[in-house]
Amino acid sequence: MTISHPSIVEKAADATARATPASLARHVRGLSDRAIAWLFIAPAITLLLAINIFPLIWAVYLSFTNYRANRPNAPVQGVGLGNYERVLNDPDIWQAMQTTAHFVFWTILLQTVIGFALAYLIDRKFRGHAFWTTIILIPMMLSPAVVGNFWRFLYEPQIGLFAYAVSLVSGIPTSDVQMLGNVSLAPWAIIIVDTWMWTPYVMLICLAGLRSIPDYIYEAAEVDRASPWRQFWSITVPMALPFIMLAVLFRGIENFKMFDMVTLLTGGGPGSVTEVASITLKRAAFESWATGRASAFAIVLFVAVFGLANIYVKALNKVKQR
Amino acid sequence: MQKTSKALLGLATAFVMSSALPNLAKSDELTLCWAAWDPANALVELSKDFTAKTGTQMKFEFVPWTSYADRFLNELNSHGKLCDLIIGDSQWIGGSAENGHYVKLNDFFDKEGIKMDDFVPATVVGYSEWPKNTPNYWALPAMGDVVGWTYRKDWFEKPELQKEFKAKYGHDLAAPKTYDELKQIAEFFQKREIDGKTVYGASIYTERGSEGITMGVTNVLYDWGFQYDNPKKPYEMEGFVNSDDAVKGLEFYKSLYDCCTPPGSSNVYMVESADAFKSGQVAMQMNFAFTWPGLYKDEKVGGDRIGFFPNPAEKAHFAQLGGQGISVVSYSDKRDAALQYIKWFAQPEVQAKWWELGGFSCLNSVVNAPDFAKSQPYAQAFLDSMAIVKDFWAEPSYASLLQAMQKRVHNYVVAGNGTAKEALDGLVKDWSDVFKDDGKI
Repeated sequence: MTISHPSIVEKAADATARATPASLARHVRGLSDRAIAWLFIAPAITLLLAINIFPLIWAVYLSFTNYRANRPNAPVQGVGLGNYERVLNDPDIWQAMQTTAHFVFWTILLQTVIGFALAYLIDRKFRGHAFWTTIILIPMMLSPAVVGNFWRFLYEPQIGLFAYAVSLVSGIPTSDVQMLGNVSLAPWAIIIVDTWMWTPYVMLICLAGLRSIPDYIYEAAEVDRASPWRQFWSITVPMALPFIMLAVLFRGIENFKMFDMVTLLTGGGPGSVTEVASITLKRAAFESWATGRASAFAIVLFVAVFGLANIYVKALNKVKQR
Repeated sequence: MQKTSKALLGLATAFVMSSALPNLAKSDELTLCWAAWDPANALVELSKDFTAKTGTQMKFEFVPWTSYADRFLNELNSHGKLCDLIIGDSQWIGGSAENGHYVKLNDFFDKEGIKMDDFVPATVVGYSEWPKNTPNYWALPAMGDVVGWTYRKDWFEKPELQKEFKAKYGHDLAAPKTYDELKQIAEFFQKREIDGKTVYGASIYTERGSEGITMGVTNVLYDWGFQYDNPKKPYEMEGFVNSDDAVKGLEFYKSLYDCCTPPGSSNVYMVESADAFKSGQVAMQMNFAFTWPGLYKDEKVGGDRIGFFPNPAEKAHFAQLGGQGISVVSYSDKRDAALQYIKWFAQPEVQAKWWELGGFSCLNSVVNAPDFAKSQPYAQAFLDSMAIVKDFWAEPSYASLLQAMQKRVHNYVVAGNGTAKEALDGLVKDWSDVFKDDGKI
């Protein structure tokens, strides 16, 4: 016969029970499990409501007013759908949305393709793969502020390594390699930096997907004499697809909100060619102080991202169920 | 249980007391908010005299220029008590006066015998008055500043370059007096080899994110005849903002950007421009006068190597005003002490020391003193520049007006989209929309 000793948790529970005043203990004893569960999650829910839900509701309210945060004493008047009408008819905002869509499309495409390719290579477990995994992950661990400044110097036409490398390969003089000041190249300068920084993130998720595929499926395919190409398209890609889609979802939402990198690299320029939606929103809200209109724009953005993400999650679930 | 309760109560009291104590201890302390730059360091030095005289400790909140407006306008809009005194940008005056952020100083000035006539008139209009050109004062002119130019005097003095320049353009290679001369010099130096290094003509403002390119473009546009509105009818902008002369001015700025700036100059403001000059990249540099003392002291480009000149002239002769006034924040609990600081700061001897330490005084008795022009190598250029200043809108909606201009002119000058006429026509439309929103037109 073994004598069981009470665990630390049991001891703590015991001590708590003994320390609980009798009146309170009587109340607790009378509570159902459901009530106790609510009691425990109530602080978290309260915090969530205060930090997430209340500001959202407040923003919805402000979006129907002419409120300006820098004129708190001015009377607040309802403007109905005026702010929404103005936002949706503003060519600058559509331009910013188009720019954002351009960034989201290219960054996701590049990060997914390169990230999956890297994950596929790392999954081969070649000699030193752990070392290379760590090296690849470094950009993701850096602060966007550091990355932005770092790449600004790299893109510098006169002293930057990037211009030097391009010049070495193409023969174009370094002074002509103006990534941040050129209308055609500036968007790509940002796409390159974002891809450099966040591809490792996609790689990690894809790697998790690849490692989740059981070996016996490949062994069965080997027995059936399936070619490596066939195995890749019939086993690897379909089974890793939910993970790839998850990475696309995360990066899509993040890149839709892209702000710091663009601010540091180009400030939205040259002209407005890199002015993404988040920069336009920040300018309206915290520089022009058009709080009501900025709230309407924020709600439009929220609905767009929320709607697209919902459609996407449904597709993701379908893929998972296959 | 009782012991635990007492212990908890004790801890809570200690926590509350510890939070309150610093405030109690610092009741004779004033916080002054400003941008983090060289003049701010001079002000720290100067303020030691105030502490010695009054016993009031001075605390300083300095933030970099890039976040200066965001940080302090947020503070004012949220009625924060962080700043007792603030040296706010000249464009903030309208909004800060109308929104009640600043204490109106007229009564205080009258009581203490501080006369606005004692200050350089342009700085009073630019830094203190709202509405403009009315005797309603919300700040004391504190830091005079203006956009001007520095040049590589040592390069200009090279005999072989002087000879070559004269042969090419028919006049001496010297600090330019007109924009045509400035462009000739910039073209002359562009991609020239000097001391084994490729150098460029000029560094000019092109920054997109905050106010950079606007400050640079207006600095030039004024001289071509650009006006913010009809002098006879406020807010009537058609034909003034986008006049033929203004279009020509904007075209000139773009031509200067295209022909004569160093590679990668698409996002240049104060720091980048000073860096281009300090690193020996450019022959001339457009920048605010506050950079001049630091550049003069620079080991590589300062001393005998640097020269200063005010904005050249064209059809008219103006320069973009910078600088700030000092105000008392209306949400401060220490208004009286803050007013005492302003009273102390306005004294002629304090203003004289302010100039000595690297600040730019706006007091007539300092800048009009017989030896002022020779007191520093850049003093004459500063005086000449301050005599021709003009400022951007100081309307409460100045930020929206600024954003519109940043976008329109950057789009044309740097991105090369459209024409100068289209850019300025677009600007008239944007600015009209802002004033319509404000109910002013």
